[in-house]
Amino acid sequence: MEFLTVFLPLFAAMIVGLRSGSISVKAAQVITCLFVCTSAFFSGVLFYDVVINKAPRVIDLLSWIESGDLKINWALRIDSLTAVMLVVVTWVSALVHIYSVGYMSHDPHPQRFMAYLSLFTFFMLMLITSDNLLQLFLGWEGVGLCSYLLIGFWYNKESANNAAIKAFIVNRVGDFGFALGVFATFYIFGSIQFDEIFAASGSKKDEVINFLGYEFNAITTICILLFIGAMGKSAQLGLHTWLPDAMEGPTPVSALIHAATMVTAGVFLVARCSPLFELSPLALSIVTVVGAATCIFAATIAITQNDIKRVIAYSTCSQLGYMFFACGVSAYSAGIFHLMTHGFFKALLFLGAGSVIHAMSDEQDMRKMGGIWKKIPLTYTMMLIGTLAIVGFPPLSGFFSKDMILESAYAAGHSGNVFGEFAFWAGISAAGLTALYSWRLIFMTFHGKTRASKEVISHIHESPKNMTIPLILLSIGAIFAGGFAYKVLGIVDADLEFWNGSIVMLSENNVLEAAHHVPVWVKFAPFAVGITGLLLAYICYILFPSIPEVMSRIFAWVYKFLLNKWYIDELYDFLFVRPIKAIGSFFWKAIDIGVIDKFGPNGFAILSQRLATRVSKIQTGYVYHYAFAMLVGLVGLISWYMYLIIR
Amino acid sequence: MIETFLNIGLMHYLTVAAIIFTLGVCGIFLNRKNVITILMSIELMLLSVNINMVAFSAYLGDLVGQVFTLFILTVAAAEAAIGLAILVVYFRNRGSIEIEDINRMKG
Amino acid sequence: MIIAVALFYIFSFIAVLSAMMVIASKNPVYSVLFLILAFFNAAGLFVLLGAELLAMILIIVYVGAVAVLFLFVVMMLNIKLSKMKDSATKYLPIGILVALVLFAELFFMLSSTTKTLNISPKVAKSTVTNTEALGAVIYTDYIYLFQISGVILLVAMIGAIVLTHRKREGVKKQDAYTQITRSKKDTLEIIKVESGKGV
Repeated sequence: MEFLTVFLPLFAAMIVGLRSGSISVKAAQVITCLFVCTSAFFSGVLFYDVVINKAPRVIDLLSWIESGDLKINWALRIDSLTAVMLVVVTWVSALVHIYSVGYMSHDPHPQRFMAYLSLFTFFMLMLITSDNLLQLFLGWEGVGLCSYLLIGFWYNKESANNAAIKAFIVNRVGDFGFALGVFATFYIFGSIQFDEIFAASGSKKDEVINFLGYEFNAITTICILLFIGAMGKSAQLGLHTWLPDAMEGPTPVSALIHAATMVTAGVFLVARCSPLFELSPLALSIVTVVGAATCIFAATIAITQNDIKRVIAYSTCSQLGYMFFACGVSAYSAGIFHLMTHGFFKALLFLGAGSVIHAMSDEQDMRKMGGIWKKIPLTYTMMLIGTLAIVGFPPLSGFFSKDMILESAYAAGHSGNVFGEFAFWAGISAAGLTALYSWRLIFMTFHGKTRASKEVISHIHESPKNMTIPLILLSIGAIFAGGFAYKVLGIVDADLEFWNGSIVMLSENNVLEAAHHVPVWVKFAPFAVGITGLLLAYICYILFPSIPEVMSRIFAWVYKFLLNKWYIDELYDFLFVRPIKAIGSFFWKAIDIGVIDKFGPNGFAILSQRLATRVSKIQTGYVYHYAFAMLVGLVGLISWYMYLIIR
Repeated sequence: MIETFLNIGLMHYLTVAAIIFTLGVCGIFLNRKNVITILMSIELMLLSVNINMVAFSAYLGDLVGQVFTLFILTVAAAEAAIGLAILVVYFRNRGSIEIEDINRMKG
Repeated sequence: MIIAVALFYIFSFIAVLSAMMVIASKNPVYSVLFLILAFFNAAGLFVLLGAELLAMILIIVYVGAVAVLFLFVVMMLNIKLSKMKDSATKYLPIGILVALVLFAELFFMLSSTTKTLNISPKVAKSTVTNTEALGAVIYTDYIYLFQISGVILLVAMIGAIVLTHRKREGVKKQDAYTQITRSKKDTLEIIKVESGKGV
């Protein structure tokens, strides 16, 4: 059953994908949706089995590499962490599949799309059920590939192509760090299987790696390198530039990849390697700082964006920052909990945005929307639920997870971790900004006087059932999943009983315990800033709609700075892209063409040409020249023989 | 020393033949005038070979040399005829038998 | 004896000189005439060697046929007197050098091989003439070669005719076959003519 859970999407992808030109649309949709839904059902069963019945397992499939000391097997490892991720990934993926049936119905190639979605699901499942770092890397690269394929799905659009390549390349930079991390792991531990690494981690705590004459603590190095990979995949500050541009892909892609699954791979990696991270305070601090910085950075940009999907993309970036700094303060379970709830409400928000775009005849700019809540009431309700969840309005799911994270950060900050303090304040500010931009989105899109054209308004319609049913199912998750997991499953209980060994937290770092004893104002702070954000958005966008414009003029340079994403893209272009292009161009023109080609193939061609021209001049056409040549040859031959005879 | 000049031996005839042969060879590529000269040089070379043959025949006492000379004579006549025929046809087609103009096989 | 020596020198000297003039003279007719002179002197050398048949045949065939042929062609082709071009002098030194090398080789080679041979000529005092001696050998031992040389001449003749044959327009020719196979049917036509009316 475990095998089927992971591999059914692959089979669906292969069946549909290899005949994507010839298979009928209906068949493609039915096959992929059926297989992925079956996989979702199985993962539910597995969740029950592994978590409730406390039976984690490792299933060996095949032996892959056996070379000297390196032994790697294909194996599926299903423990509590994996089971939670399985549920999130497969359920969201199944709902996105069903949604895509409706959303992509007018597209010329829906079969290819469904095949890519299933392929992506397979790789993600491979990633989370992997037993060793290499298999995880396989899934890692695979989701990167599928992300490229899906973002660039409309490959005739140049902007989509560029975005896909940008995503792939920025991911690659992270993957380089990841690969180095895997190498370092093998170097230190002699194996890359998780069981063996984690068992040996305690004994290798003080190993050092010598590099260029400097000594580095081994575990820290490994953790930092793995985290660089996570930064690329989860779009943390520094390697985040691909996420907003990835909105070029169709909306279901954004919902699946950039809300629930691929971007959470980084968080999963950190949580999976928690035994290693726990042994390296430096790595944890870096994770905390980067996560907190990302969280506040992305939120500041989100308040100025005008494209509905970009706002949600930056929101994802910011929430990922939350998850990372939760892991950074050793509250891995809180991070994964937020991952779970985030999967539900972010997918809900994205799919709802897709529904809005579909209703508004493919309009994505919020400045051209407004006043449509009466016309598409179901979509409006769903978006409202998603927004309430993301701002942490009790008792929806976001409330439980986000509050847990902030309390843990506060607790860590007050038990000596200065970065935890920074993370807490960053988190609180970001929570306020989250409320601001989320409500801004709702008000600008649905309320007020409409700014859309008459044509668009006349065509407005509610989405078909196969798009609204996934929304409804997701909203159920967004409402109840948090409370259910918190109270019934005990997902963030301090004793980590739920996790049953899949997440390790050292007892001196046990923030979850301390988190339950934080001061009262800390418990209410997120709710307070959320209400503040709501009021601010209400004032700016409903009561006095001219305020935002006035503010943008008064603080013009701040506005421009935020609108242009802190000019980081331009900075990267200046620092990296241009020099590398110049170097590449130099090597191409001056060396490859000028030196190697000139002395190599071209040189020989020209040389043989010149030689042939010279030699052909011997054929003059005059007979007496030929006769003379014959005579000279004859004389020479005779002289040679005479010389031999005389000697 | 003077005996070598007064006693005519085989070597003298052979020397004469060699000189005429060399002159014939020179004539082939040292002329810049016309193709007839080439044909005439070939006749000179054949003549020198004939002298050679007959001289050997006389000094070895074997008639084979003279028989062979007869045949060489025959073949030389035939070849001269064909060569001139070719030349005539060439002249008919090209209009000139200047050496400098015969370079159609230029590569 | 002294006559023989003197004659030898005269003949060979003039032969060499005329050979040189063949290739050096500007007028092609002069070249042919010098060629004829060279042939005559070679014939003289042959006589000195005791091969009088060959000498006469040389004169008859070479001078009488081949050289005359050369003259015919020279006059027919109307070869003009040509100037000595400059490019000749460029090649002259190297050409002469190569020729001298050739002559030297020939000389040394021949001289090294004939050391062992008897130097004095064996002009046999025999009763048969050269002609009879040659005839006795040609028609018996070398009959095949003789016939083949006849075939060679035939082939050369046919070849020369084929090469230079050309069709001319407007030439009236007799076709014997057509003439002979003419029948009454092709030529006569009996017509009854009414009196007073024409044909």
